[in-house]
Amino acid sequence: MSEKTEVARTPEPTRDAGTLLPPVDVVEDGGGITLYADLPGVPKDRLSLQVEADTLTIEGEIALDVPEGMEASHAEVGRPRYRRVFTLSKELDTDKVAAEYRQGVLTLRIPKAEHAKPRRIDVQVM
Amino acid sequence: MFHRSLFPSDLFAELDRLQRALQQGIEFGPSIRGVSGGFPALNVGSTPRTVEIYAFAPGLDPAAIDVQIEKGVLTIAGERKREGAAEGATRHIDERFEGRFRRVISLPDDIDANAIEAKYRDGVLHVSVRRKEAAQPRRITVQ
Repeated sequence: MSEKTEVARTPEPTRDAGTLLPPVDVVEDGGGITLYADLPGVPKDRLSLQVEADTLTIEGEIALDVPEGMEASHAEVGRPRYRRVFTLSKELDTDKVAAEYRQGVLTLRIPKAEHAKPRRIDVQVM
Repeated sequence: MFHRSLFPSDLFAELDRLQRALQQGIEFGPSIRGVSGGFPALNVGSTPRTVEIYAFAPGLDPAAIDVQIEKGVLTIAGERKREGAAEGATRHIDERFEGRFRRVISLPDDIDANAIEAKYRDGVLHVSVRRKEAAQPRRITVQ
């Protein structure tokens, strides 16, 4: 197989049914947006963040410490992968995204572009 | 809510959530423990030697998770506090669990209540309970 067919076969990133949708909180203040996402079971090296144009994609793969020969008897987390896509608004500065990951919680800080930050306008008394 | 209209993805997130709820309801079928048991989500598995419980509880202080076993019933309890509640901030999406939680699992009869290990890693509490020696499968030699 040549490399070309390989590339052509790669499916477009779609919202397929095979992934879990992680719950998130999104908080906005004057300086930007903070996003918190719950991705329990995902080690730091299996977490992937991608910003492309105005799309933010969060993906993570669960890696649990499972003993050999274990048989699952009850599963509420039935899939091994998380995925969620957000559309970012224009006033956000995607070059300055800061990410932190601790104990299964991803914290993303996306600042607003300088021109979009709130300014106080002085009212002149004539 | 002026800001909400700037986030069209909000609507898709809601639709996604609905779709997920529908799918999970159909695929797994209603169990005696309910379709989804709340927070933290639990996965349970077993091996001939142990019973393994995985609680998906991200963002907790491991010291503050209360894991108890009494008469073959395992209880996982604790509290998750909300982060980043800054003054004057707008909350656009609010899906993550917040508050006190408690989940109870009844374990099989053959477990050894003194041989329990609990680890917390990447936001998952993994409790491993050993089965009693006597209950483990043995091969009997035919004389």
